[in-house]
Amino acid sequence: MFGSATLSAFSGGLGSMPALLALAASPLASLRPLDLLVIVIYFGMTIWIGFYLKGRSNTSEEFFMAGREMTAWIAGLSFVSANMGSLELMGWAGSAYQYGILATHWYWVGAIPAMLFLGLVMMPFYYVSKTHSVPGFLGLRYDKRASTVAAFSFAIEMILMSGVNMFAMAVVMKVVLGWDITFSILVSSIAVALYVGLGGLRSAIFNEVLQFVLIWGGALLVPILGLYQAGGVSGLKTRIIANMQSMTGVSADSYFHLWRDTGHFASNPMGVHWSGIVLGLGFVISFGYWTTDFLVVQRVLAAHNLRAARMAPIIGSFFKMAVPFIVILPGLLGLVLLQNADGSRRQLVGEDIVAACSMSSSTGQVETPSACSAAMAKTNLTPESQKKVLAGGPDAELHSYNQALPLMMVRYLGPGLLGLGITALIAGFMSGMAGNVSAFSTVWTYDIYKPLINKHGSDSHYVLVGRLAIVIGVAVSIGAAYLVMHAHGIMDYVQALFSIFIAPLLATILFGMFWTRATKLAGFLGLLTGIIFSASLFMWVKLTPSALATVALSPDAKPMAENVFRALWAFIFTAIVVLVVSLFTEPRPVEELNGLVYGATILPTEEPVPFYKNELIWGVVVVILFAVLNILFW
Amino acid sequence: MHGSGIPIWFFIGVLLGLYGGLVLGYGLYEWATGLYPAGVQLTSLHTPVWWGALLLVIGVIYLIKFRPGRSH
Repeated sequence: MFGSATLSAFSGGLGSMPALLALAASPLASLRPLDLLVIVIYFGMTIWIGFYLKGRSNTSEEFFMAGREMTAWIAGLSFVSANMGSLELMGWAGSAYQYGILATHWYWVGAIPAMLFLGLVMMPFYYVSKTHSVPGFLGLRYDKRASTVAAFSFAIEMILMSGVNMFAMAVVMKVVLGWDITFSILVSSIAVALYVGLGGLRSAIFNEVLQFVLIWGGALLVPILGLYQAGGVSGLKTRIIANMQSMTGVSADSYFHLWRDTGHFASNPMGVHWSGIVLGLGFVISFGYWTTDFLVVQRVLAAHNLRAARMAPIIGSFFKMAVPFIVILPGLLGLVLLQNADGSRRQLVGEDIVAACSMSSSTGQVETPSACSAAMAKTNLTPESQKKVLAGGPDAELHSYNQALPLMMVRYLGPGLLGLGITALIAGFMSGMAGNVSAFSTVWTYDIYKPLINKHGSDSHYVLVGRLAIVIGVAVSIGAAYLVMHAHGIMDYVQALFSIFIAPLLATILFGMFWTRATKLAGFLGLLTGIIFSASLFMWVKLTPSALATVALSPDAKPMAENVFRALWAFIFTAIVVLVVSLFTEPRPVEELNGLVYGATILPTEEPVPFYKNELIWGVVVVILFAVLNILFW
Repeated sequence: MHGSGIPIWFFIGVLLGLYGGLVLGYGLYEWATGLYPAGVQLTSLHTPVWWGALLLVIGVIYLIKFRPGRSH
């Protein structure tokens, strides 16, 4: 989750993906004509929607903001769907396979409080200010300097992430289906350029809602059938405990607890501490993503009134709480149900192990047995399994944690249904690209082109600029996709962009929204120096890996902990800069801050509605449900 | 979708209806002929039949309820 940052959920990180291209292993699944028909229908539908919506995307308000006429349900589904990319689904299913239900934290404490905060507390300011974007809000609250820093950061991050998404999709299609990389990149980019270029944000939102339905229609069967075969929840628990106790070193019972074993780093499979989960994940990263990342906030800004804008994240939070059923549960089920052809239990491993044991396409044998043997020695693979891999032959190849979900799909879904599952993955990738490209188009047009290049263009001129930005954005994304394919190291830097940028942005926006004293210069300097500070921490650890222990406060820290702590330090640093600079500079008059800052804003009175349409009531229901789930899986 | 035009729910109805019809049709063929795909588990549950029927029913409901021209 968390857009680009979530890609780190992908075992081994995305940095290991290019290595997978070298694999000669046969694809996981082979599609039949019916499956291909299902995929073709999806592409046809997206293009149809694009052409249909072209006639309703003529003004800039229609093209960039979907006419601000989305209902709470559509904005809410789109809001949560924009965050349900395929890498995330596959990555977190793989994480559940590795770490058990601890992975659920990224869906519950790492999302729900922030979504509620956005809907109930922050949305009025975003919505009442009538901003077109998050950088736009910074421009209104502080000045053009803060807005420009944020706009360039967003634009670069989005376009590169779109390219990474495109490349990741092509790799997954290659590994799962054996499709050619260039074919996947071209087909997906042409489709995205067509439907977003024609229909703008409205088209992107429509396709996100479509994707949401496809994901549930295509993936829900896997946990249902898996649970049936495992003998229900109690059967699953019994089998995991029986299988895993000897392999992991920690109590297999820990696979079923969210909080109980997080008092010490070493007592849970993920090696995390509850304080990191609550402060780093639950506050800085989660709030940074859900409340300031323009990709998701843009969906809510398209709502047709303030009540709908406040309700959308709350509706989204209900679905967010349900996502572990189709992501985490299949990972857990894969732990006990996946089998080799001879009926033995199939053990999944990290991407690095799979890459080390790649097989020659000509001989069917492991290319470098010594490297493979050394890599497997670090895993829990049984000696028999290791021998089998080194001996080569059919069914000997290793599969990674990230393939848990596709493997479960292949296990249960026959012709047609498999096509539906694969279409759900394709839709997830494409809507991720479309979301990034449509957000890029808005930021480019409103926050870079209009204020810095051409202030006096006509409305139709800006729509044209937006459409061109989409075409150019897709072209640059294709370039970025090939760049990361040929220069593997770049992937790590692209992935880091999000985590470098989001914490300083969160601190700048929170001070701007809740403290009337925060000044223009403080906003600009806080954001700029916060980004530089965060990037410096990243480079420090990159160039001196031992610095990780200092940044993450523990010699046992893992890369995931680095992200969390870097975000925390960057947030604190930015907060201090904004605070100190504000105290030494002249604040804006309070009357200028109406509609932008808490305490200086008179919010519009909303029409009374029955209790079942009241966002506060539903917010309370979410809080209760969230608490019950956490207690239930304590 | 608020306002005029074809609502998103209609497109969803079209997609679910088409997918439901295709999956259900294949499931019935599979059941009638007994030709099940190799390697797929739990074929005795005839998943394509009931899942396809479910998608089809939901799709048809959405098609009717959100068809263009009807006030929503």
